[in-house]
Amino acid sequence: MSHAFVEVQQAAKRFPGAKGEPDLTVFENVSFQLEKGEFVCIIGHSGCGKSTIMNSLAGLDQFSDGAMVMEGKEIDGPGLERGVVFQNYSLLPWLTALENVRFGVRARWKEWDEARVTEHSLEYLEMVGLKDVVDRKPAQLSGGMRQRVSIARAFATKPKLLLLDEPFGALDALTRGVIQDELVKIWSKDQQTVFMITHDVDEAILLADRIFLMTNGPEARIAEAVEIDLPRPRERAEIVKHPHFYKIRNYLVEFLVKRSATMSPADLDRSGLHYPKSVNPVGEDANTTTPASASSKDAPDDKLVNFTPKETHHG
Amino acid sequence: MDRTTTEWNFSTNVRAGILAVLLLALLVGLWEGLNRAPILGGASAELSEYEQMMAGADETAGVPPPSAIMVRAWEQLSDPFYDAGPNDKGIGIQLGYSLFRVLTGYFAAALIAIPIGFLIGMSPLAYKALNPFIQVLRPISPLAWMPLALFIIRDAQASAIFVIFICSIWPMLLNTAFGVAGVRQDWVNVARTHELSPLKTAFQVILPAAAPTILTGMRISIGIAWLVIVAAEMLVGGTGIGYYVWNEWNNLDLTSVIFSILLIGVVGMLLDMALGAVAKLVAYQE
Repeated sequence: MSHAFVEVQQAAKRFPGAKGEPDLTVFENVSFQLEKGEFVCIIGHSGCGKSTIMNSLAGLDQFSDGAMVMEGKEIDGPGLERGVVFQNYSLLPWLTALENVRFGVRARWKEWDEARVTEHSLEYLEMVGLKDVVDRKPAQLSGGMRQRVSIARAFATKPKLLLLDEPFGALDALTRGVIQDELVKIWSKDQQTVFMITHDVDEAILLADRIFLMTNGPEARIAEAVEIDLPRPRERAEIVKHPHFYKIRNYLVEFLVKRSATMSPADLDRSGLHYPKSVNPVGEDANTTTPASASSKDAPDDKLVNFTPKETHHG
Repeated sequence: MDRTTTEWNFSTNVRAGILAVLLLALLVGLWEGLNRAPILGGASAELSEYEQMMAGADETAGVPPPSAIMVRAWEQLSDPFYDAGPNDKGIGIQLGYSLFRVLTGYFAAALIAIPIGFLIGMSPLAYKALNPFIQVLRPISPLAWMPLALFIIRDAQASAIFVIFICSIWPMLLNTAFGVAGVRQDWVNVARTHELSPLKTAFQVILPAAAPTILTGMRISIGIAWLVIVAAEMLVGGTGIGYYVWNEWNNLDLTSVIFSILLIGVVGMLLDMALGAVAKLVAYQE
């Protein structure tokens, strides 16, 4: 038996079909492992079930089949050792920014006195640059600030596994960039294990150690686990200059635009438990070359596949 | 043009206030004026058979003018708590009785309605099981309970309180259930991911989230309770503002009737404002 930090085996999600119809399988045969301290992003088109995978890890949803184990214990229901940052922030609107973070901290350490809870909460709010607005209610904060509060709340409880459900999906590109940097900063301090849904390829490359690629649903699978070996600490401005960046980026975009729709479940299913194939786009040129990625070094911009996520919401 | 813009640059509140005062002056003026007109004209006009029979005694039986009511208001409000026997108590004492009944019945209703509303809102089973009872009991006019209450409780005072209780329970119950059932799943999920106990979830997440809706129900309830107490006291008699109105009607003291009608309106408004202030405290913006 393997002893990965988080282990998901043969997970599937099915919805009963209408009368006489077969069940609708959103995804099946999904197995993967997360190592401690790893940052993993999962990318796939809407409807492939990545939110279901995330919510099941959070304990808010359930697989139809399969098992989830974290540190040798089966995941059954929500728990404080798994923190969640939702796309819509999910701050409690009647509490101030500080009280929202305190809400998490107090739940996590019930024995702490008020002063200690406040001090700890302020520390994390300061880390995301919100020291001056701690007494504002969410309605008085911009979308970016709200998501920062949400991130502070999640990190402040020091969960062993942090689940981020497309946290920057609703933010504009500039704000997104700033908060990504803050996320990197706060993550490198605590070295938590992070599992994150995103639709943004650049974001995934900036943040992730590995990126899971999902084929399109229904009948989705995790097709590959792409290793991102760009050196850390990564910075948004610098990372694009790295020679491997566009190779990786084009590989991902090519998957999303073309291969995610054409890979058949039958090709991916092998008998028994198996994990998604590890891929390193830099090392496996022969395997994965596309016209765009081959020439990307010479003409970085005009020949890139221009990938814009069509939908920011997921089902 | 320039002059008007500077001169009329008041806030909407100030302008609305001026308009309201003007309207009041107009209405009171009309009332006062119309009240005198027939008396002035009556002297020259031919007397009808009825008037001849009454020998002009109906001159005092018209609707009293505002000036008379203001004089009565001054009398009553300058000594609101005098007590000269069962038929002659100050307006403050009568209002006190009514308010006591309304608030007792109302808070007893809140004590029952809010927990049950919580239960119905949280549990679809409880909702389905209790809904038929609510749907049958809710449309019953609160006064219809009065005979039954008098028979069972055998006490006029307690029966009036029971009628207030039964009429204020429904809006609170339904609004609490509605508010609790409508709490956003995201917020419940926040409680779940933080491993909050059911009790803590109820008090720290669901109650504050549903509070504005609950307060709306409480505000509707207090309004209905204040409407119903007047009718209930007319029935049970003895004390209270409703009894006062009916008693003055029996005394043919229209001035006091109109004065107390206005007072009922003012107290009702104050009750609503009090709950409005509480509602403001628990309001939040999403």
